Amino acid sequence: MTRVLPAAQFLLTLAVTFLGLLAITFVIGRVVPIDPVVAVVGDRASIETYNATKEAMGLDDPLVVQFARYVGQVAQGELGTSVSTGRPVAEDLARVFPATFEMATLGIIIGVALGVPMGVFAAARQGRMADQIIRVIGLAGYAIPAFWLGLIGLVIFYAHLRWVGGPGRIDFFLDGMVPTHTGLLLVDSLIDGNLEAFRSALSHIILPATILGFFALAYIARMTRSFMLEQLGQEFITTARVKGVPERLILWRHAFRPIRVQLITVIGLSYAGLLEGSVMIETVFSWPGIGNYLTTALLNADMNAVLGATLVIGAVFVGINKGSDALYRLLDPRARA
Amino acid sequence: MITRGWLLSDDPETRMQARLGVSYRLARDLMRNPLAMVGLMIILALLLVAAFAPWLAPYSPVEGTLADRLQPPSAAHWMGTDELGRDILSRVIYGARITLMIVLLVAIISAPLGLLIGTVAGYFGGWVDRVLMGLTDIFLSLPRLVLALAFVAALGPGIENAVIAIAIAAWPVYARIARAEVLTFRNSEFLDAIRMQGASRLRIIARHVMPLCISSTIVRVTLDMAGIILTAAGLGFLGLGAQPPLPEWGAMISRGRSFILDQWWVATMPGFAIVIVSLGFCLFGDGLRDVLDPKQRSRG
Repeated sequence: MTRVLPAAQFLLTLAVTFLGLLAITFVIGRVVPIDPVVAVVGDRASIETYNATKEAMGLDDPLVVQFARYVGQVAQGELGTSVSTGRPVAEDLARVFPATFEMATLGIIIGVALGVPMGVFAAARQGRMADQIIRVIGLAGYAIPAFWLGLIGLVIFYAHLRWVGGPGRIDFFLDGMVPTHTGLLLVDSLIDGNLEAFRSALSHIILPATILGFFALAYIARMTRSFMLEQLGQEFITTARVKGVPERLILWRHAFRPIRVQLITVIGLSYAGLLEGSVMIETVFSWPGIGNYLTTALLNADMNAVLGATLVIGAVFVGINKGSDALYRLLDPRARA
Repeated sequence: MITRGWLLSDDPETRMQARLGVSYRLARDLMRNPLAMVGLMIILALLLVAAFAPWLAPYSPVEGTLADRLQPPSAAHWMGTDELGRDILSRVIYGARITLMIVLLVAIISAPLGLLIGTVAGYFGGWVDRVLMGLTDIFLSLPRLVLALAFVAALGPGIENAVIAIAIAAWPVYARIARAEVLTFRNSEFLDAIRMQGASRLRIIARHVMPLCISSTIVRVTLDMAGIILTAAGLGFLGLGAQPPLPEWGAMISRGRSFILDQWWVATMPGFAIVIVSLGFCLFGDGLRDVLDPKQRSRG
C-alpha cells in the first residue's frame, strides 16, 4: 500500500504535466496568425464554402472539444503533416531523434567524466587557485553562447588544425553507406564492422559533443563542489581525519559516497538541459537532429513540425526530469519520508 | 550629519536611518567581493556605452562604405568591418542598447508577473495555490529556449515578440521563489496583526507580503540576466529576434557565419560582447546573492 500510493501519485503528476504541455502547444497552435481555413480553401472562396469547410475541419466546435480531439490525435502518434518535407511529422521526428540522442549522450558522458572530478577537486582545494579556475570555467558555462562557441570551435579545430570532421554526422562520401540498425552512427558502423565509417562519425561528433559536454560540465562541477563542501564540513569527516585516513580516501570514500544519489538529479537535469543546448549546436553544425529540424521548421513557418518537435523535446525533458526525481526518491531513504 | 556610526547604529531612531543603514551594510559587503565589483563595473560600462552610443561610436551602425567591406581589425576599424563595409565596433556599441532594452523589458514583464503569482499562491494557499503552482510547474518543466522558440514561431519574428516569448518562458522561476519565500512567513504574527487591523487581502499582499520577497527576486533576476541575454542572442542568431539592419549581437554573429573561415572577426567580435556582458551579470548576481541571502552562501 505504502509503495503503491507514491507511484500512483507520480503517474498522476506526470499525466497532468503532459496534459499541460499539450495545452501549451495547443494554445500556441491557436495564436498563429495564419487562418487554417483560408490555407485550405484559398482566399477567393465564398463565405459559404469558408463556413462549410470550417465546420468540416471541426473549428466551429468549442475549444474544449477541439483540445480533447487534439489530445486524442497526439495519443495516437498523429502530429500532422510537415509542409516542408511533405511527410508525417511523427515519422520525421522518429528519423531525426537518434542523431540528437547520440550527441547528447556523448555530451553528458563527457560532462560527467570531467565535471564530477573537477567539482571534487575544487571542493578539496576550496578557496585556492584550482578552485578559482574551476569556478571561472563554471561561470563561463553560463556566459558563453553555445552557437558562438560552436562556430569558434569549427574555425579552430576543423578549418585550421584539421583535427576533427566538419559539419554533418559523417563525411559525405560515406553518407548513407552505413545501414540503419539503431540510428546511432557510432553503434551502427561498429555493428557493420565498418571502421572507416566509425572513425569518420567519431571525428564529426566529437566537437559538438564536447561543446555540449562543456555546458553540462559547468553545472555538474558547480553542484558537485557545493555538495562536497557540505559533506566535508560534517563531523564524520573530522573523525576520519583524526583517525588518520588518507585524504584521498576521505574525499572519495567518505565524502563522495553520500552525494552520489544527489548527483543523479543533477546529471538528469543537465542531460535534459543538453536537449535544449543541442537546438543551437545542431544548427551550427548542420547536425540532422531534432534541434536542426525544429529551427528549419521555424524558418519555414511549418507549424505542425514546430509543434511536434516542441512536444517531443518537452516530453523527453519532462520524462528525464521526473525520472531522475523518482530515482532519487527510490535510492535516498531520507527523501522517501 | 551622516557618519559611519549613525549608519551602523543598532537602534535607529527613524525609518530613514534604518533604511540607509541597511543599504550601507549591503554596499559595504558587496565592495568586499572583488568578483562582484568586476561584475558591477561591466554592468555600469554597459549602461554607459548604451547611453552614450552616438558619441562613442566612431562610425554609423547602419551605413557602411562598400569599398571597405570585410576589412580586418585595424587602427581605423578596431574590430574590422562587415560584409557591407560597416564598422563592427560601432555596431557592437549600438547593439548594447538593444541588449539592454531586451533584458530590461523581460525583467519588467516577467519579474512582477512571477512575484504576483507566487505571492498570491503562497498567501492564499488551498486550491488557488494548487492551480497557480500547477500552471507554474508545467511552464517550469519545459526547456526555456524551446518554449521561447515555439512562442516566437506563433507570434512571428521580431524584437518585441522575442521579448514577449522570453518573458513567458522566464516568469515561472520567480513565482516558485516568491511562493517559497511567502511560505516561510505566512503564519507569522505581524501578518495576524495587520489582518486584525482590518487590512484587505489585496493590501496585505501588495504592501506587506510582496516587499519581503523582492530581494530574493532581484537576486534571481540578476542571475537570470545572463540566460536572458543568451536566449535573446540565440533568437537573433536564428533570425527570429531583432531583424536587420538592427545591430543585435546574435544577429551579427549569424551574418558573420558565412565568412567565418576567412573573416573570423565578423562573427567573433559580437560574441565577445555577449560573453563579457553575461559574465558581468553572473558575477554581480553571485555577489548579490551572497550579500542578500546569507543562507545560500555556502552553496557554491
